[in-house]
Amino acid sequence: MSTFKINLNEREVELEAMDDTPLLWILRDNLQLMGTKFGCGKGLCGACTVHLDGEPVRSCSIPVAAIGSKRVTTIEGIATKGLHPVQASWIAEDVPQCGYCQTGQIMTVVALLNKNPNPSDEEIDKAMEGNICRCGTYVRIRKAIKRAAKQL
Amino acid sequence: MKNTDSKIFKIDRRTFLKTTSIGATGLLLGIQYSCTSPTNKLKGDASANFSSSVYLNINGSGEVTIIAHRSEMGTGIRTSLPLIVADELEADWKQVKVVQAVGDKKYGDQNTDGSYSVRMFYPIMRKAGAAARMMLEQAAANEWQIDVGDCKAQNHGVTNKDGEVLGFGYLADKAALLPIPEEVDIQLKSPDDFKFIGKKTSIVDLEDIVTGKAIFGLDTKVAGAKVALVKRPPVAGGKVKTYNVDAALKIPGVSKIFTIDSPGFPISLQSPLGGVVVVADNTWAAMKGREALTVTWERGVNGDYNSTAYIESMMKKARVSGKVRRAQGSANSALAKAAKKVEGDFRVHHLSHAPMETPCAIANFKNDKIEVWAPTQEPQWARGAVGEALGLEEKDVTINVTLLGGAFGRKSKPDFIVEAALISKESGFPIKLLWTREDDIQHDYYHANCAQHIGVGIDDNNKVNSWVHRTVFPAIGSTSSAQSNEPSGEEISQGVIDLPYDIPNISCETNTASAQVRVGWLRSVANINHAFAIGCMLDEVAEKRGLDPVANLLDMLGQDRNIDMGALSEEFWNYGEKIEEFPWSTARYRKVIEKVKEISGWGKAMPPDSGIGIAAHRSFLSYVACVVEVKMVNGKLKIPRVYYAVDCGVAVNPERIKAQFEGGAVFGASIALKSKITVSHGAVAQSNFNDYELARITEAPLETEVFIVPSNEKPTGVGEPPVPPFAPALCNALYQVTGKRIRQLPVKL
Repeated sequence: MSTFKINLNEREVELEAMDDTPLLWILRDNLQLMGTKFGCGKGLCGACTVHLDGEPVRSCSIPVAAIGSKRVTTIEGIATKGLHPVQASWIAEDVPQCGYCQTGQIMTVVALLNKNPNPSDEEIDKAMEGNICRCGTYVRIRKAIKRAAKQL
Repeated sequence: MKNTDSKIFKIDRRTFLKTTSIGATGLLLGIQYSCTSPTNKLKGDASANFSSSVYLNINGSGEVTIIAHRSEMGTGIRTSLPLIVADELEADWKQVKVVQAVGDKKYGDQNTDGSYSVRMFYPIMRKAGAAARMMLEQAAANEWQIDVGDCKAQNHGVTNKDGEVLGFGYLADKAALLPIPEEVDIQLKSPDDFKFIGKKTSIVDLEDIVTGKAIFGLDTKVAGAKVALVKRPPVAGGKVKTYNVDAALKIPGVSKIFTIDSPGFPISLQSPLGGVVVVADNTWAAMKGREALTVTWERGVNGDYNSTAYIESMMKKARVSGKVRRAQGSANSALAKAAKKVEGDFRVHHLSHAPMETPCAIANFKNDKIEVWAPTQEPQWARGAVGEALGLEEKDVTINVTLLGGAFGRKSKPDFIVEAALISKESGFPIKLLWTREDDIQHDYYHANCAQHIGVGIDDNNKVNSWVHRTVFPAIGSTSSAQSNEPSGEEISQGVIDLPYDIPNISCETNTASAQVRVGWLRSVANINHAFAIGCMLDEVAEKRGLDPVANLLDMLGQDRNIDMGALSEEFWNYGEKIEEFPWSTARYRKVIEKVKEISGWGKAMPPDSGIGIAAHRSFLSYVACVVEVKMVNGKLKIPRVYYAVDCGVAVNPERIKAQFEGGAVFGASIALKSKITVSHGAVAQSNFNDYELARITEAPLETEVFIVPSNEKPTGVGEPPVPPFAPALCNALYQVTGKRIRQLPVKL
């Protein structure tokens, strides 16, 4: 067991864990932040997506010891007040069905739009291919991304 | 309808408070009704139940609380049923709070499965809302000392002719003292006055979902909870032979390791598979602990099961005569003598549900009582099964229903909940039980693999005169009973004996097969296999007859009529409903075909390397026609557009119905193009999304257009009906590009 200090949603938190513990379980077990979801444990589905220094990463596959001083942002930290425009677009397009994968989808989209405020269909495909939605909300995800792009 | 035997009543407040979490001041109404669950038969429990349900409370501040007793897994049911109450009540939706029910018989049928929630509860919810509205109007009339006919509930208050308004909150206590209107006196609104039904309403959990606050199976915080994982026998019916815990116990945080008995095979649908349990302080320690276990297994009776070889053995049976389940004329001899013939062998592999949220549950056993939080489609079954497994009475078992991160039939079975409960009791801790994705893919209740042969004869007048359909697949019942070795009437009423086409000679036949993995129902169940084979065959028939596929379908359908399916086969099952109440209407079937033809621009010139295909299917009492467009781009298949026309009776929340069809197309794309479970030596070969693939955004339809036929007929299913016609429509479109007929799913491109 080691002690880690990580920068989470612009606050410093301290915790104890095994070095190889995936960030996902740090968030859920140690810090009780339940917005980040387990989907596959192998970086194959995107349900656990968070940001490291603004880059979308699969938290199920990043050991806590590899985080260092990088800033961790989760779904709980993307909006400073109210809703992030991507969340607002998700609501406007009624994207979710069961909703389980949607926080991961939103985290991928926020990172995409921060880099590329006006993505083409191909660029959306490339960014979003790693996020599975079993309910099949993809057509609305695409619409919501385009709506958010207009507002950012 | 099965559930018209209903009665509205006032609830004893003390009883009510003891058993629910909602407030109990003001007006509190429940409804009593009797019903038989349409899916009970599949589970071998055909007993009817008579239940009282609690639905509605209006308190002194005007807050309306409506109990959602069905499980939310993405269909929007947690919104749609309360919406029906609110509409009849004339409530302001913003002042309505939805509270999720625990699993309890007093709520009536809670089995959220089989696409029947709205069908079963539409009339009941309307009556509950209307009765409350009439009582509020009477209370206002008494207050003003005027005739109740001069009082009208609207927008969360009652208004009189002078425009004065008394709010629902003010009236609630007064209304509570009034008698409940007699059943016959309840005045339902005219559909023209609906405020919510038929209009768009967003789901109540929308903001919680997008902000990460929504509570799914493992999101409830329970003090002192430990995490458990189970290493299960790789073969269903196998069991632990030896196991060594030394390395696992050295992992920091691992606290207990023990076994759960394996029940063998056939296996009860509610039973865990057994195996070795690792309990740890956190998820990662549990994962590492389980990894460090050394276990040897007895493989059991299914140790030689090879699913691909089994499909071939079923195929052999499908090529020869089987047990006749529907017969008209002499189909086999007519086929032998036909002027032209079309024949095909069709194969479908096992499938896994793979909801994004794997099976999981939190269980807290303490002082001979247990409280559970679980994403379950069937909390009453979970309650009974947990009680049985732990030797507890139902009153000592509480099942809280969380949101379900997808389910598709998987989470109707309570095996994982029983597992969590057993582990909590044995370990002495509150337990968060997680199934990893590998656990989920390798220990599911799989969709039945299936072999089918269809032969169609065309006579000298170019009319279809004979149809022989043989289907062979392990019945769901064979998972739990060795005697159930041939498909049930319910299973062959999903696209076999309910064939609507006007053909003089028909023979529908089955043969024996047995489950050697756990087989269960998966979104639209046996309809998947049968709609695929029939939908593809009809396209070949059209080609053979030299007809356009739409023209062929409409010609084969014949004159508009209601088909008395029960007279054609006594085994016919109308999804639990009487055929008089929910007829098999070829006119409605024809209309969705004509509508999808229209909205898809059927017959239009297609770009190069593109194709367009159609299929139609009635399931869960809804009529659906689907057109799929495909395009090959650099050797990759794209699905630019999908068109659906659906007649599901009254469309309560059209926006969510459209969402079900958009998602149904993606679910269909996974089945048609991606997903396949194979079993070798009894063990599932796939383990995660790398080898059990699902359609991603790049492979899903780019656009899906849904036309809902306006209707005042009784509402019918929408969760499952989008799935069956998708794969055959896609296969028929692909044929136009490749010239190759598809006879097996998933499609090999």
